[in-house]
Amino acid sequence: MSSMIEFRDVQKYYGDFHALKDVNLEIDKGETVVLIGPSGSGKSTLARTVNGLETIQEGQLIVNGHDIAEKSTDINRIRRDVGMVFQHFNLYANKDVLENIMLAPRIVLKMNEEENKKQAMALLEQVGLADKAHNMPSQISGGQKQRVAIARALAMKPRCMLFDEPTSALDPEMIDDVLKVIKYVTSQSDMTSLIVTHEMGFAQEVANRVIFMADGQILEDDEKDKFFNHPTNERARQFLSKIIKH
Amino acid sequence: MIHLLTSNWNEFISGFGWTLLSSVLALFFSLIVGSLFAILEVVPNKFLRIIGNIYVEVFRNIPLLVITMFFYLVIPLYVVKINGFTAGTIGLTIYTSAFIAETVRAGINSVDIGQMEAARGQGMTFWQAMRYIVLPQAFKYVIPPLGNQFVNLVKNSSVLAFVAGFDLMYQGNAIASQTFDTVNTYIIVGVFYLIITLPISYYMQHLERKLA
Repeated sequence: MSSMIEFRDVQKYYGDFHALKDVNLEIDKGETVVLIGPSGSGKSTLARTVNGLETIQEGQLIVNGHDIAEKSTDINRIRRDVGMVFQHFNLYANKDVLENIMLAPRIVLKMNEEENKKQAMALLEQVGLADKAHNMPSQISGGQKQRVAIARALAMKPRCMLFDEPTSALDPEMIDDVLKVIKYVTSQSDMTSLIVTHEMGFAQEVANRVIFMADGQILEDDEKDKFFNHPTNERARQFLSKIIKH
Repeated sequence: MIHLLTSNWNEFISGFGWTLLSSVLALFFSLIVGSLFAILEVVPNKFLRIIGNIYVEVFRNIPLLVITMFFYLVIPLYVVKINGFTAGTIGLTIYTSAFIAETVRAGINSVDIGQMEAARGQGMTFWQAMRYIVLPQAFKYVIPPLGNQFVNLVKNSSVLAFVAGFDLMYQGNAIASQTFDTVNTYIIVGVFYLIITLPISYYMQHLERKLA
């Protein structure tokens, strides 16, 4: 099987609110899929169902070969393989930068301490923050926090990455450094990525496919070029014309 | 007053000792029991949450004296013989633990939900996320109100006087009724309580400053 993530007729409700409607979506291994749409359209919710931070009420959601809606599925096992990067970084506030990266490999993967540290330092080097290893999260900037958060996710050697509006909370001048790191991550040939973003230029650069959502539904699911040049859905067209004007 | 103190020195000191012992025991156990129920109140399992909630609401809303009397009079009748000191200390522990549970729960809830999500998202279990990420952060928020609970606990230990717990208040009552010097007796008793509570207040303020 070559799909990493597969939604089959997924429904999600918050009480009476129907947050995800009849979602069908297949993301292949190695693919980079960008998810766009107006706010409140269910993009983040969709991304958060993939690692079980949001539960679904109906349908199947198969991640890395396991249906996460199935009771017998060990969600913690799946989460090891699915890295998540949040809009508000969510670095562990009581741990320094290095510990943020080393904690989960140590207690979840039981990684050898020496190897763990070597890996963490290498990751920090990769995101350009080796000199911040012993700073607390409160002592670094938003862009730096997000790069640490990406390093933290990569430390688990995930097969799939979820980026939930990774640059929305950043000052404009911080965005480029973060996007550069994300671009590098998605360019790894065996990495599957799902990116929720409002950065259209960035989407055009990294995406294989673009998905447009509104009101909890997937309205358009296209190859990147087709999406940006000839979107078929009327709402997608309107959305694009509004965004591109900026 | 000096004479009153020296001529009843043994009684005062013995009462002070029992008060201190009861407070330390109740503090230790109520901290453990309270933290446990606080965590029960936030676990994903709904059934456990309800249990935690019932415990806290019941014991927080019954007077300490009623809980203590229950252990002093009812438990010996049906379960096991316990003396006044034990009954008082158990009552104090249970009563205080309900308040500590509320305090600790509030501390846990004031930790940003994103911290738990990030930890769970990396494959940590609920308990691992609690232990390594959430509780250490909650602890900081909890120190000032916890200090108040400790001070209250020491003061509330005077409930032992009602169940012949031989504590400071009990000895004070006895000395006052023997000597008829009520004014000086209760002033001395008050000072002895301050000897325990003021250092706690001071130490908590110090911790708060250090961790801020």
